[in-house]
Amino acid sequence: MTSPLHKLTIAEAATRLDRREISARELTRACLDRIAAVDPRLHAFLTISESQALAQADAADLRIKAGGAPALCGIPLGIKDIFCTRGVRTTCASRILENFVPPFDATVIERLRADGAIFLGKTNLDEFAMGSSTENSAFGPTRNPFDLERVPGGSSGGSGAAVAADECIAALGTDTGGSIRLPAAFCGIVGIKPTYSRVSRYGVIAYASSLDQVGPFTKCVRDGAIMMQALAGVDPRDSTCSARPVPDYARALTGEVKGLRIGVPREYFVEGMQPEVERAVRSALANYREMGAETVEISLSHTEYAIAAYYLIATAEASANLARYDGVRYGLRVAADNHIELYNRSRDAGFGAEVKRRIMLGTFALSAGYYDAYYLKAQKVRTLIRRDFEQAFERCDLIATPTTPATAFRIGERTSDPLQMYLSDIFTISVNLAGLPGLAMPCGYDQGGMPIGLQLVGPPFGEETMLRAADAFERAFTPQRPAL
Amino acid sequence: MAQKRISREQVIHVSELARIELTDSELSQLETDLSNILGYIDKLNQLDTAAVEPTLQVGDPGTLWREDAVTNHPEPEAMLQNAPAREGRFFKVPKIID
Repeated sequence: MTSPLHKLTIAEAATRLDRREISARELTRACLDRIAAVDPRLHAFLTISESQALAQADAADLRIKAGGAPALCGIPLGIKDIFCTRGVRTTCASRILENFVPPFDATVIERLRADGAIFLGKTNLDEFAMGSSTENSAFGPTRNPFDLERVPGGSSGGSGAAVAADECIAALGTDTGGSIRLPAAFCGIVGIKPTYSRVSRYGVIAYASSLDQVGPFTKCVRDGAIMMQALAGVDPRDSTCSARPVPDYARALTGEVKGLRIGVPREYFVEGMQPEVERAVRSALANYREMGAETVEISLSHTEYAIAAYYLIATAEASANLARYDGVRYGLRVAADNHIELYNRSRDAGFGAEVKRRIMLGTFALSAGYYDAYYLKAQKVRTLIRRDFEQAFERCDLIATPTTPATAFRIGERTSDPLQMYLSDIFTISVNLAGLPGLAMPCGYDQGGMPIGLQLVGPPFGEETMLRAADAFERAFTPQRPAL
Repeated sequence: MAQKRISREQVIHVSELARIELTDSELSQLETDLSNILGYIDKLNQLDTAAVEPTLQVGDPGTLWREDAVTNHPEPEAMLQNAPAREGRFFKVPKIID
């Protein structure tokens, strides 16, 4: 018996579309039906664009019939609601953008559209991508498909949950401090944060511009490579986007890791870590050794300072990026007699508690008399963190760590203590500070059945090595699907 | 100079800089939260960074150049679709100059 269509991977669906065993319309219908069946429990989607998706599917079917269609033609995707989508409401999970309909597409949306991919709708996130659990959404939290009482991780929790629950074939997210890798780990799927500057950010609502990066959520590593191929590459509209040629990522998936040197940072196996997480990651390392790779102990000695540096740099940049929400040209406006009151009241009414907290911290860190002590200091510590990785990569080709110290926590468990919530990102944040590529994938399950994430980190533009190692591990690992 | 906590007066000052009108309870909550966060961030001062250059940007160095040509044509009507208030081809705002 063949599996229901919504359970297919991109690679499987593309083959069956190409052979005309299934149509893009059937595949899209299957995903929309799955959304209708499970999303009332999960709340992974903020907007579902059914009629547009079906129209895109019909266009994709014509293109597939004509032959030579791209790999993503006819593939239904979920899109984090941080990407501007022409004509489709884009809220960033904030009251301040509740009714915002962008007049343009983000570059990555334009590229996926040109390839014939189908957009099922916009997925939930922590407001302005600020959070680790998706509980900071102004429109209510998303739930983890493996346990509805637990968080899916954040900030791209809607995309993570949607892929894990087979509501879409793959999804798009963004990662500033772990916002792709954390949900991928908590939801037991593959999430990739490419090297900083590998993918265009034009049309992606900005949080912290020296850290933000776009990447995919997929059901397997091969799908991640397919998505990366479509997303990566130069964009004249994003001056930070790299002009380096984009390699053929799928060709990297050789299954061969013999002689690969995998660095294991001693600072990433910390006191108080969930024992099952350490066990699963150590067992993954043993698998790599059996496949002929070598593991070497390395040190990333400034790891313990990463969160402190991140929360100054990210909030400082956020305070500048979010200054544009002033109630004048778009977004929520609260009536006032003068323009200063208009700004102040619109921003108070439009932003949620965590966004205000970060804008306040960032504004303080940049304010007269404090800039050197906070923002500049954090940028110097960022140099130390970056150097740790540079030195480590002299001794290894790839770094392997747990993605998080523990599996998904319960909804409400960390909302009262912002600092505890920030500590969820302890293993992912340094990777953003150093601008490196990182990948999260499932490597085991705890006693409660919650997924455990393995994180692989490459040197700058080392996506191929990272994908090759991830694929090699996946060949001997059978991921579990949530029972929904 | 780095400090380990923030006073209520500073929270009020920062909220003015950030252009966010905060209620009394929001101010109190932020005084607590920001003080806790600053207390944690103070650990950065354990590191001597006097001789360390700051990292401003990661990724490929340099800026991508392109021709200075108009590629997006003005679309005032599309841009005004999201305006909270408009008058003709303009965004409408409260009176700014007396």
